Amino acid sequence: MTENQVIVGLEVHCQLDTKSKLFCGCSTDYRSDGPNTHVCPVCLGLPGSMPVLNKKAIEYAMRVAKAFNCTVIRESEFSRKNYFYPDLDKAYQITQYDKPLAEGGYLEIEADEAREKRVQLTRIHVEEDPGRLVHMGNAERGKYSLVDYNRAGIPLIEIVSEPDMRSPKEARKFLNKLRATLEYLGVFDSEKEGSLRVDANISLSGSERVEIKNITSYKGVEKALTFEVTRQKNLLRRGLKVDRETRHYLEAQGITQSSRSKEQEHDYRYFPEPDLRPIHVQSWVKDIILPELPDARRERFIAQYGCSLNHARTLTGGLRLANFFEKTVTSDPKGLSTLAATWIADTLIGELNYRSMSIDALDPDSITVLVLLLKRDAITDKSGIEVLRVMLDQHLNKQPCEAPQAIVTRLNLAKTAGDTGALEVVIQEVISENPKAVDDYNAGRNGALNFLVGQAMKKTRGRSDPGELNRKIVEKLGNTEV
Amino acid sequence: MAEHRIVFEPEDRYHAFLTVCKNATYGSGTLAGIAVAVKDNISTKGIETTCASKILKGYIPPYDAHVVSLLKQSGAAIAGKTNMDEFGMGTTTENSAFGPTLNPCDPTRVPGGSSGGSAAAVAAGMVQMALGTDTGGSIRCPAAFCGIVGLKPTYGRVSRYGLIAYANSLEQIGPMAKNVADVSRLMQVIAGYDCRDTTSYDHPYTQTPDADITGLKIGIPQEYFGAGVDPKVAAVVKNAIARLEELGATTVPCSIPSMEYALAAYYVICTSEASSNLARFDGVRYGHAADTKKSWHDAFREVRRAGFGTEVRRRIMLGTFALSSGYYGKYYAKAQIARENVKKDVTRILSEVDVIAGPTMPTIAFKLGEKSDPLSMYLSDILTVPANLAGIPAISVPCGMVNQMPVGLQIMGRSFEDERVVDVAYAYEQAVKQ
Repeated sequence: MTENQVIVGLEVHCQLDTKSKLFCGCSTDYRSDGPNTHVCPVCLGLPGSMPVLNKKAIEYAMRVAKAFNCTVIRESEFSRKNYFYPDLDKAYQITQYDKPLAEGGYLEIEADEAREKRVQLTRIHVEEDPGRLVHMGNAERGKYSLVDYNRAGIPLIEIVSEPDMRSPKEARKFLNKLRATLEYLGVFDSEKEGSLRVDANISLSGSERVEIKNITSYKGVEKALTFEVTRQKNLLRRGLKVDRETRHYLEAQGITQSSRSKEQEHDYRYFPEPDLRPIHVQSWVKDIILPELPDARRERFIAQYGCSLNHARTLTGGLRLANFFEKTVTSDPKGLSTLAATWIADTLIGELNYRSMSIDALDPDSITVLVLLLKRDAITDKSGIEVLRVMLDQHLNKQPCEAPQAIVTRLNLAKTAGDTGALEVVIQEVISENPKAVDDYNAGRNGALNFLVGQAMKKTRGRSDPGELNRKIVEKLGNTEV
Repeated sequence: MAEHRIVFEPEDRYHAFLTVCKNATYGSGTLAGIAVAVKDNISTKGIETTCASKILKGYIPPYDAHVVSLLKQSGAAIAGKTNMDEFGMGTTTENSAFGPTLNPCDPTRVPGGSSGGSAAAVAAGMVQMALGTDTGGSIRCPAAFCGIVGLKPTYGRVSRYGLIAYANSLEQIGPMAKNVADVSRLMQVIAGYDCRDTTSYDHPYTQTPDADITGLKIGIPQEYFGAGVDPKVAAVVKNAIARLEELGATTVPCSIPSMEYALAAYYVICTSEASSNLARFDGVRYGHAADTKKSWHDAFREVRRAGFGTEVRRRIMLGTFALSSGYYGKYYAKAQIARENVKKDVTRILSEVDVIAGPTMPTIAFKLGEKSDPLSMYLSDILTVPANLAGIPAISVPCGMVNQMPVGLQIMGRSFEDERVVDVAYAYEQAVKQ
């Protein structure tokens, strides 16, 4: 191993997208409701209440285990993790400790050198989410804090990887692959607020390991790790030691900060949960039928739609995106796929990210129409982008949404192609206004032609096709010469 | 369904009750109009439920325990909530934060515990039946000390949903009454599967007691008549067993060698579970409110220090220690092994005999304040904890007197053969009545 090799392992907590909580019948659909409205004696931890395991959550977790080739353990069990915290209603979390649901398995990610790489998994287990504290003011100086138990008891799956990743980027890719697979399995909704939490272990070879807690976004993982690599390398460069410690990621500042050492001295006093029986579900594995997963879909996109490897990777990287692409091209897969793949993967995603928009907001039919306009050469690429931006902004601002064709008409973006008369006028103007460029062209300087085409584009506000302009100008200048 | 009321205003000379429901309603059913007292660690909707602890003073559960729902469905009137050792931790009911209950047979003595209030309420004739809970003898001990009948059912036979947990893996709710027939009637109502307690089994109890015990084989473990057992108590119990022989039973001497470690294992397990169960009492949701001006850590500590009594704090500390990293293997894990050994011994014996018989308690009821050191109090549980460790049914039935105080005969049976231990107790009770 090279010196200062980065070594990363992740512990990923995802909320399982079940209808009811892990140990009671309360609904998990709490995000649009007031605090403490989705609660009962069980998830409030009222004295005398007892947990009843939600079978669906175990089935969901087993889908994940099967998809990642994990071994489901013959007898697993729940344990209590004991610690005091105001958001923890029972003062213990029901989780799995020495007998997790599944062990082993792996994920394939695209490694830094663009080869596929296996990241081994240690284990997968199921546990309950605690409640949530809302600080009045900030955590240190606020007057008081309020507790919302709506989240208490939401099922979580914890997926622990081996320290197999070698860069923050690989960690990000691991996470993306994990998210995509969980979504394809229908057990996870990455767009729900607070549905993901990551703890990352990072070390430089030969140095102590640092645990970073409290990462709640996909980008955050890469950022936190990148910060930590720099911090640790700087320490070593200055001849200092990296301390073995737990650090918190501060999302807003993009930095990690040492946690108080007291928090590391937790003794969770795990012991088997006496109110739940051991779980014997190994025999379920054979009955779980997995849907098409990201890798298979990627290969299918290449074979069926002729997508490039990169486009196929991007398009299958999220369930919504992949579904969106397929809906877009459904009317004419052969004719639309290549152009639609390029537009969705290279342009649309960027525009959505820029606006922090979900692809859900968009109707795939509108993109089909846009792609058709482009394919028929009715608008230029530049106009295509403009139409797309108008559409997205209308969605974002909750304005009435126009169809792409209507936007083209309203903004007069239709290509000038066919309107030969108008184009003739423009070209004539450009030639007469730029005698020097015409001379240069005649003298054999090719740059001059590009200049003239650019001037003509300006006059048509980008609506003309550069190729057509080029041809027509050459034609015209040839004529002048004659 | 027509709703009726009883006026329940007993003179509570022995401090059996923490809450009295003066106007208890009742419906129709097998227990129509019968006043049933409920131990104060069983949740009752709208009725304060404190576990005899200051930390839960003022806590009014928003839901009924499963057994309470069943009582109401069968027409019983919930007469009130009975006194107990705080959270069930004790053998005398002196550990109540609201003062001890007195033994109706001799008010200078304890009623036993931890279901002392329920036993006293029945013994004093204030109610016909009561619910107790038994973690290590808490139904059988006060039944023996107060001269009534008490059954600890097979683990899982009665739903624990709504029972404020002390030691989940050991405890069961069970019936208490003056006679075996009433214990059996109450058991019919409360037994059965409950989807909210996944450790409960689908084993309803439909038995009407049958006094015919011809051919019954009774195991007599030597440990139940050895050191620590008052010879006068042992003699009374031996007489009772001789009576069972006269009724057609045969006796077989046997031994439970694992009893040597049973008590230690029991106290490690129950305190470990308790340390976790009682951690939720932090002043955030109910009970004493935490001081929001302090850091949560300080506020929790203050609430818990002020709210829990000495014995509860002691057991939380013991359990916390037993589960700590580095000690788990030495204590909790070892205790589980000892527990398995007790199960094995009991299973072996019960494959050769039908029931095991012996004294319920090694002595008669103590004088108030007599057991001042915790260890000697713990030792008095030695004859009752094996049934809890093994999960088997066990009943205590009055079988005579020593120094004008009642003595209990304990009958233990195979898992889910609660009917059989009830039959044996019934056979004895009917024989001595004639």
